[in-house]
This record gives sequence, C-alpha cells and structure tokens, in this order.
Amino acid sequence: MASTIRVRATSSGETTEVQALIQHPMESGFVKDAKGEIIPPHFIQQLTFEYGGKPVFVADWGGGISKDPYVKFAFKGGKKGDDLKVSWIDNKGASDTTTAKIQ
Amino acid sequence: MTKTDDGLSATRRLILQGAGAVALVVLGSAFGNLPFGLAPAFAAANDKYPEEAFKAKSEADAIKALYGKTPEASDKVKVDAPEIAENGAVVPVSVTTTLPDVTSISFLVTENPVVLVASYKIPAGTMPSVGNRIKMAKTSNVIVVVEAGGKLYSATKEVKVTVGGCGG
Repeated sequence: MASTIRVRATSSGETTEVQALIQHPMESGFVKDAKGEIIPPHFIQQLTFEYGGKPVFVADWGGGISKDPYVKFAFKGGKKGDDLKVSWIDNKGASDTTTAKIQ
Repeated sequence: MTKTDDGLSATRRLILQGAGAVALVVLGSAFGNLPFGLAPAFAAANDKYPEEAFKAKSEADAIKALYGKTPEASDKVKVDAPEIAENGAVVPVSVTTTLPDVTSISFLVTENPVVLVASYKIPAGTMPSVGNRIKMAKTSNVIVVVEAGGKLYSATKEVKVTVGGCGG
C-alpha cells in the first residue's frame, strides 16, 4: 500500500525545512452525515519526525486539524541525503511510517 | 508539493527488516483500543498524548491541562492567519516567534467544541515556527500559546468564518 505520508525535507545548509501532507479523514466526532447520524471521531493524535534517532518535531493533534493534514516546520542541521523518519498514530490505533531523504 | 521517490521503497525495506517499530504498529492496529502509553517505542521520546487537554471546553482549561500555567500576551508571538476564511474546514494558520528557548507551541480556537486544536513539541535545535491547517466552527479567536524558557506567552487573532468547518 502506498504510504499515507508525503514529506519533503529540504536542506539549505544550516537548516532543514520540512513540509508534510498526510492522507487522513480527521473526523472530529462533531459532524453529522446525510442521515443525521454523528460520524465517529477518527483523527491522528500524534505525528513524530525523527532525525538521527532523535525527535525533531512532535505534533499532538485533536479533531480540529483539517482533513488531509499539512504541517510545516524547520530544524537546525540535517544533511542532504540523510533520512528523516515520519510516523503517525490515530485515535483508533492505526498508524503509518515513512522515511524521506533530505534534499 | 512533489512526492518523495523513496517513500514506498523505504516503507518496504522497513517491513522486510521486521523493524521493531513496524511490529509495534501492527500490534497497535490489532488492538484498536490499546492505550497510547503502551507504545512508547513508537511515540518518540515518551511524549504522552495530552488526552485531558484535548477534552477541554474552554481555552483556560485546555491551557491549564497542558501547561498548568497561565500565559501572558506577547507581541513577540506573530500569528499569521487570514482575516476572513471562506471555508472554516481549512484555515491556514502559522506562527513564528522571536522568543528564545521555545519548547512548545499550541493552537486553540475559542469557539470550537474542543478548543485545543494542536500542540507541538519543539526540541532544542528546532525553529520556533509552525504552519498548519485548522478547522473553525465559526468566527472565533485563534489563540497561539508559546512556552519559552519555562514561561507561557500568547497571541490572539480573530478569524471571520463565512462557512463553518463543522457542518459536514
């Protein structure tokens, strides 16, 4: 299965800028469907970015993050060609992990 | 945004190696209600998900549950959000700050049913700047709380929403 995570990490030499886009419904649990029934909550709770075995960014999310979430951040260091590991877990226990090369 | 070419092969490689993290992931999927704390190898650095803070109905309760402190308004926290959002389901909001020693940045929407939207941990070496896309039920204040040097700072910006993000 193709990964749900698309990540782009670009090194400028001093810092690495990271943009990630994840496919996920991010249901808050407050929305009703066409029949008027509540759609149960289903959202990513934690998203972690690791570089060199250490977390460089950890996102704790609620249902208030938009569908197919996007996040952008930057960290000091990070060499071209190195791996950046990205993983998420949602409130139902589902998860995904991918590794991207810093460009 | 371009797709990383090696995304798929990297995933496959991980699975082939039977990496511990992947094994845990499978375990986690099999037991849907596994408490989050039981998967520390997967959740980096033992950072627990702040369950209580994400249940809070007011910004004061959410901030208290997250940090146990009250923030002071600071003009060093710059929030970039649209004046008017046509679609409350996707509101791009970003923040930067010139404050030193930032350890955490959180986003709250005062009129949402759950006010806390996101809380980001900023380890040393990571820039105190985050961009994301949030849902807004209606016109509301967006509050960004920054934890820096053990103190809390906040900035507030009102975003007018013409179509709410919770109507489906």
